[in-house]
Amino acid sequence: MTLVFSQLFTGISIGAVLLLIALGLSLTFGQMNVINMAHGEFIMAGAYTVYVVQQIITNAGVSLLVALPVAFLVAGAMGVVLEFLLIRRLYTRPLDTLLVTWGVALILQQLARDIFGAPNVQTRAPDLLTGSITIFSSGDGNDLMVANSRLFILTLALLAVAALTLGLRMTPLGRRIRAVVQNRDLAAASGIATGRVDRMTFFIGSGLAGIAGVALTLVGPIGPTMGTNIIIDAFLVVVVGGIGQLKGTVIVAFALGMMQSLVEYSTTISVAKVLVFLTIVAFLQWRPQGLFTLRTRSLA
Amino acid sequence: MFRVRGRRIAACAAVVATAMTLASCGSRVDQSSSSTAATGAVDASGTTIKVGLLNSLSGTMAISEVTVKNALMLAVDEINAAGGVLGKKIEPVSEDGASDWPTFAEKAQKLISQDRVAAVFGCWTSASRKAVKPVFEKNKALLFYPVQYEGLEQSPYIYYTGATTNQQIVPALDYLKAQGKTSLYLVGSDYVFPRTANKIIKAYADANGMKVLGEDYAPLGSTEFSTITNKVKAAGAGAVFNTLNGDSNVAFFKEYKSAGLTADKMPVLSVSIAEEEVKSIGTQYLADQLTAWNYYQTTPGAANEKFVKAYKAKYGEDKPTSDPMEAAYVSVYLWKAMVEKAGAFDVEKVKAAGAAGDITFDAPEGKVTVDGPTQHVHKTARIGKIGSDGLINEVWNSGEPIKPDPYLKDYAWAKSLA
Amino acid sequence: MTTATGRSAGTGADEKPEHSADRTRRFGPGTPLRAAAGFALAAIVLFAVAPLVLGDFRLNLLAKYLCLAIVAVGIGLAWGRGGMLALGQGVFFGLGGYAMAMHLKLADAGPGNLPDFMQLYGQIDKLPWWWEPFANPVFALAATVLLPVFVAFLLGSLVFRRRVRGAYFAILSQALAAALAIYLIGEQGTTGGTNGLTDIQGFFGFRLDDPLNQRAVYFIIAACLLLMLALVRQLMHSRYGELLVAVRDAEERVRFLGYDPANVKLVAYMVAAGMAGLAGALFVPAVGIISPALIGVVPSIEFVIGVALGGRATLIGPVLGAIAVAWAKTTLSEQFPAAWTYLQGLLFVIFLAFLPNGLASVAGLVRRRRPAPADRKAAQPKSVPLTAETGGAGQ
Repeated sequence: MTLVFSQLFTGISIGAVLLLIALGLSLTFGQMNVINMAHGEFIMAGAYTVYVVQQIITNAGVSLLVALPVAFLVAGAMGVVLEFLLIRRLYTRPLDTLLVTWGVALILQQLARDIFGAPNVQTRAPDLLTGSITIFSSGDGNDLMVANSRLFILTLALLAVAALTLGLRMTPLGRRIRAVVQNRDLAAASGIATGRVDRMTFFIGSGLAGIAGVALTLVGPIGPTMGTNIIIDAFLVVVVGGIGQLKGTVIVAFALGMMQSLVEYSTTISVAKVLVFLTIVAFLQWRPQGLFTLRTRSLA
Repeated sequence: MFRVRGRRIAACAAVVATAMTLASCGSRVDQSSSSTAATGAVDASGTTIKVGLLNSLSGTMAISEVTVKNALMLAVDEINAAGGVLGKKIEPVSEDGASDWPTFAEKAQKLISQDRVAAVFGCWTSASRKAVKPVFEKNKALLFYPVQYEGLEQSPYIYYTGATTNQQIVPALDYLKAQGKTSLYLVGSDYVFPRTANKIIKAYADANGMKVLGEDYAPLGSTEFSTITNKVKAAGAGAVFNTLNGDSNVAFFKEYKSAGLTADKMPVLSVSIAEEEVKSIGTQYLADQLTAWNYYQTTPGAANEKFVKAYKAKYGEDKPTSDPMEAAYVSVYLWKAMVEKAGAFDVEKVKAAGAAGDITFDAPEGKVTVDGPTQHVHKTARIGKIGSDGLINEVWNSGEPIKPDPYLKDYAWAKSLA
Repeated sequence: MTTATGRSAGTGADEKPEHSADRTRRFGPGTPLRAAAGFALAAIVLFAVAPLVLGDFRLNLLAKYLCLAIVAVGIGLAWGRGGMLALGQGVFFGLGGYAMAMHLKLADAGPGNLPDFMQLYGQIDKLPWWWEPFANPVFALAATVLLPVFVAFLLGSLVFRRRVRGAYFAILSQALAAALAIYLIGEQGTTGGTNGLTDIQGFFGFRLDDPLNQRAVYFIIAACLLLMLALVRQLMHSRYGELLVAVRDAEERVRFLGYDPANVKLVAYMVAAGMAGLAGALFVPAVGIISPALIGVVPSIEFVIGVALGGRATLIGPVLGAIAVAWAKTTLSEQFPAAWTYLQGLLFVIFLAFLPNGLASVAGLVRRRRPAPADRKAAQPKSVPLTAETGGAGQ
């Protein structure tokens, strides 16, 4: 019984990680239709930010909190530079964007290798986040425990979703972003500087990658190749979720996390991964536009 | 237009047919190959002698293999400073395997047939070794392989200076058994070494009254270990035998600690975590866990003090030394000893010198001897505990060098394996 | 995106004036005479010059490059002409390679014996059923091409009919490549796992360690490359070729004309898959190994860069590009491994962001009869479809 619950929570926590890494993409890919393969490297930049901040601030807890906004700014700035230098020219060529940003990803990886060295770097997590809390005690030493780091990531992911949803609904910038997504020409005609809105959207999307990077330092390695390992998963979440909608991303992230955890429990990671991929291919047969589709009256 | 097209295709076909008839006159499978020996001959004519260093300098394996290359270069420099081999300075030719197995095969061929090196040092993963093995056998050239591996191999053209299974895994199991552990959980990356190692562990457990409660593999590079950790925890084994490689270790140990599992509740014995990896995972997560190797930076002895000092002087004070690096360093000296005994660089003569089993070297890990028949090295097994300073401290050793036995022929319980 | 749509409809025919008719007919690019001369030149270089100039080792490297070039020819057709960015060619390359390697391993082992790695790691005493047919050389040879084509047919007929395209198609291909690689690694006992299938001794009765036979393998590969080029040229200059470009540029319009774009794309995709399979099969005797490392996400993307470099919509561009990239990789990574990664990244950035038509557009080597794809590719991934799709998806 304990196992069922801990497996369920594992599913939620895998989903939370997926959600965090896919959230930024659901903005840049989902809203702007830009396939940014360097998104994984922005996540990497966020993770290295924790490492750099810890060189200055030695207290693990404080440095983690400081790293969150710094990583958002660092990754966001990288995103803006990328948008300004390259992606801006490629809005009409999404497939080329994919390959160009793949090239950028290669360069960023090698840069990380040259700056921080090829081996993974080590960051300290605050003691609070390396422990776990016991939900209930079964008496036979097999208690249902929930890792604090996972709770932290889940909270962070949900906060980010809430902030993003509110931001898109309530703020003037959010309104402009939605307007541009739904009908770029009309938005431009209404006096919205679509170029600036694109850049801001990209800033926020990339910044969220930085936040995800900070969170990942709690559960995974921090190294030059960390981005490549997660980018495909992140894209699949957004593709299956459907573009232009945050709720699709959220639902699919948790669904895939749950599926991965349950299948993996009874088989192996490899089988689970292959099954998840094949399910996605099948799912896209059924709904090629993803779980939710943004219906607009525009022709494109 | 159609006619022109037809003519062109006909011309094409004709060219192809001629070329193929002209070309396909090489030797058949049942004949012995005639014209191969010439390409692989060692070039010993110059005032220097070339050796090949074949390591991944880029790609995922670069993390580990660059340290091996550093150790090889250190040995080459030391030997050159002391006058070289048979009066010739060693000229290292470094090639990048790029963490890609076909590339390893290609570069091995290049070192042998273009540079005509006397020997090649390197490779890390079993996959890269399997990829280059036919190249060395076909060209009758020498490879020195410096990493602990899964055994079940004995190529006449490869010298294995890392541990085989009976020098690392079997002693580690003996140690766990002596500690009173009666059940194990096996966690490994999904490739040859962990799968073979676990096969051996299961056979050992069967014969020694230990129980294997579970066995899980994660794809290389996998960083999501919450489910495996849940399974490990639920199984409640006496110890975890960890054959994970690379990045996966970081994620696994972070998860392991989060789940409230500790070294005294359920120790993890790892066979792929050396000093370099400890540094990147963090002692916060690793303290007091166990490792099995043949060498640690802390291994006592004058030879090791000299090695560690020289390495740090050359590559930086913060750079640790580890088992594969030491085995690589040793391999160059063993080759030198064999060449000097043979009095020539010729591959067959060098092999003949090694076959007698009297090639020894005072290595940082202690005295090592080349085993004639298996072309492996006699090595002392050591179990270590990871300290909070990031170094590994020996808690047990086998007392004397263990004779290599890649096919585990001398172990009754291993009869079913090979 | 909306702006692009509006434009796409108009840009079609009037982008570049047609070449003057009679010049084009006799000697312009794409004319039979010019093509015949080109093929003759290529044949002389591949069959006479290269074997004379290059030593055994370099010739063997060239053989490997030519295999990659065969993949590139296929990608050129699917991507440059058909607008389908095939980012999962590793799957087909792998299928072809494994089909060939399985046969060669079985032939090495001899009838009734298990391949060496199965005895070591598999702990099985009987050949798995799906290995059995590969003992037959005819079946294995046919499978190297037909297996990838069949898989492409299955995948393509599902995917294109549901109008999954552009980015979705690319990401889907990647997921498949990743899944196949993970599967092959997981089934170590019967597939060789990460090691792949190595240590292949013979090739249909000939010893692979004999330099003479290696030469023969090179000639076979070179001949296959020429044949594939001829095949793709025929396709490009046929009515089908015109249709394919039309689908790339304005899929909806083709549909309104009464063609089914799904079928048009499917054919190009299957041809590309077959070529990748053939290349994989030829790669095995040339290099002596096939492994999951050649199948996953990264190699699948790397196949594409040479095509982009050479000029994706041209016939010979992808070939030259693929050879150039492979050669640069060998040469540069020997000296400066880090520099190679930077350069590879830069190649992607430069040739896709700024020179989408590749070197062909720079040197003016090949004057295309058609306007370049990049100007109008824009229309392809999005364009009119979405309205049609939103309607179609709910059915």
